[in-house]
Amino acid sequence: MSQRRFHLLMAGTLVSALGLPLAALAQDDEVQRDYQIPLPEAPAGEVTFQPPLERDIPDNQYGDMVRKGRDLFVNTQALRGEYVFNEQNCANCHLDAGRLANSAPMWASFGVYPAYRGKNDKVNTLAERIQGCFTYSMNGKPPENGSEPLVAMQTYLHWMATGAPINESLPGRGYPKLEETEQGADRERGAEVYAQQCAVCHGDEGQGQKVGERQVFPPLWGDGAYNWGAGMHRVNTAANFIKANMPLGKPYSLTDQEAWDVAAFINSHERPQDPRRRTLDTLDETAEIFHDHHGFYGQKVDGKRLGDHDNFGENPVPLDG
Amino acid sequence: MTSKRIASGLGLLLGAGLAASQAVALEGDAERGEAAAGTCVACHQADGMGMNNPNGESWPRLAGLPAAYIAKQLHDIKEGRRESPSMMPFANMLDDQQIADVAAYYAELEPWPELPTAYHAADPNDEAEWLAERGDWAEGRMIPACSQCHGPNGQGVGDSFPPLAGQHAGYIVSQLEAWREGKRHNDPNDLMMGVAERLDEAQIELIADYYATLPERIAAQGDAAQEEDGQ
Repeated sequence: MSQRRFHLLMAGTLVSALGLPLAALAQDDEVQRDYQIPLPEAPAGEVTFQPPLERDIPDNQYGDMVRKGRDLFVNTQALRGEYVFNEQNCANCHLDAGRLANSAPMWASFGVYPAYRGKNDKVNTLAERIQGCFTYSMNGKPPENGSEPLVAMQTYLHWMATGAPINESLPGRGYPKLEETEQGADRERGAEVYAQQCAVCHGDEGQGQKVGERQVFPPLWGDGAYNWGAGMHRVNTAANFIKANMPLGKPYSLTDQEAWDVAAFINSHERPQDPRRRTLDTLDETAEIFHDHHGFYGQKVDGKRLGDHDNFGENPVPLDG
Repeated sequence: MTSKRIASGLGLLLGAGLAASQAVALEGDAERGEAAAGTCVACHQADGMGMNNPNGESWPRLAGLPAAYIAKQLHDIKEGRRESPSMMPFANMLDDQQIADVAAYYAELEPWPELPTAYHAADPNDEAEWLAERGDWAEGRMIPACSQCHGPNGQGVGDSFPPLAGQHAGYIVSQLEAWREGKRHNDPNDLMMGVAERLDEAQIELIADYYATLPERIAAQGDAAQEEDGQ
């Protein structure tokens, strides 16, 4: 780890440990917010923000665009083959159509962008952030700036954030961060958790379940799942999501240890290649540049190195054109 | 983790899997099932469609339910995981093979109605449809949409999530109440129990009626659309 990155990480830890909202930091003369670090964790505290109700979406062009965005958010499969090349929907990881606190709600995301992201080492607009979801979580192709799908999603997020402060991290943003456990995350223990708690919906092979052509339970690994570049492939991100949101309807029912273990189990399976691999010569290089985090990319599991393949799932489009 | 622990973990998994599948995996024979179902028709009717009884116990439609689901319910009733004073004597008359046979018979009797699977936006002013398609995620509720497990238009998913659309309203209400009262605890990981406990009485009535009448309403919409096309 470079000296600079270490420094930044420490700063991030400090900010999150203090649990201060961004605005409080920005307004404090002595502690200036460091915009060069990735967004700190959401502040602790009661979730007070309420997004507006869908029955109050106005009947005009703005409202129509909100509804279009809502439909794409819930049924992102409408863009399958165009911008989406796996079997995921936004609402699979952002529950209640992106409205639910601690399920990375969109009303909390809207106001924190533009923001610096370590992932691509630059300041990202909200549009770029959404495009990133398409590239990785949807194993797809980013909708072009100004294209209707992107405008619709931006408008839906904008509407959900009605009344939310700008440039302030709200309680309920993202997934609540789990502390690491002494035992660490263990995929073998996770296999037992998975069999008992997850397989009834997501299937023994993580394949998900459909009715006809309609996805009901999303695949968690394999070609239909998020790819090796998606945030959810990180064990910590998945553990955070799982603890607060899974099994569906039973939030916070797993112990922290179970959440860590099952996240390790799920994320130590093959999935579509990281699209950035197309721009680099080797798996090692891709792992070194883009996978300096808690994940299984490039690691040996059951005698085979994960990510050592050129299977990009259904995605036919090279990232670099 | 030591290899010993891995081995014991796998052993546990395999053991649990075998026990569960032995209970339901006997090959059923529909013809034998028909013979064994002689006593079922009094309530579930000769066509397996059951009956809604507004002032008494409603009898569920069995025709077209997944065989594995029917078999599991019969075993669970026998073994007390699903309390049903009216069903228990009849379930007790069936051995494991007869359970498999009866389950095969009803599963094949008549397919469960297939409903459209395409996405449609739920109407925020229709409380029942909203609950079915979007749930109730208010704090303290955390109720997923019914369709998130029971599938589009509640037509069921796999062997564990039975169809709701076209099931009798009285039966749906009675089952939700059974979960709330602790009389039914045979759902995978208590997934349904928690949801049933957080639904309120009004929501239970609404959703039962919604699903009981959904196939007819979808058919009526289809007819209306065809008429419009014809004009």
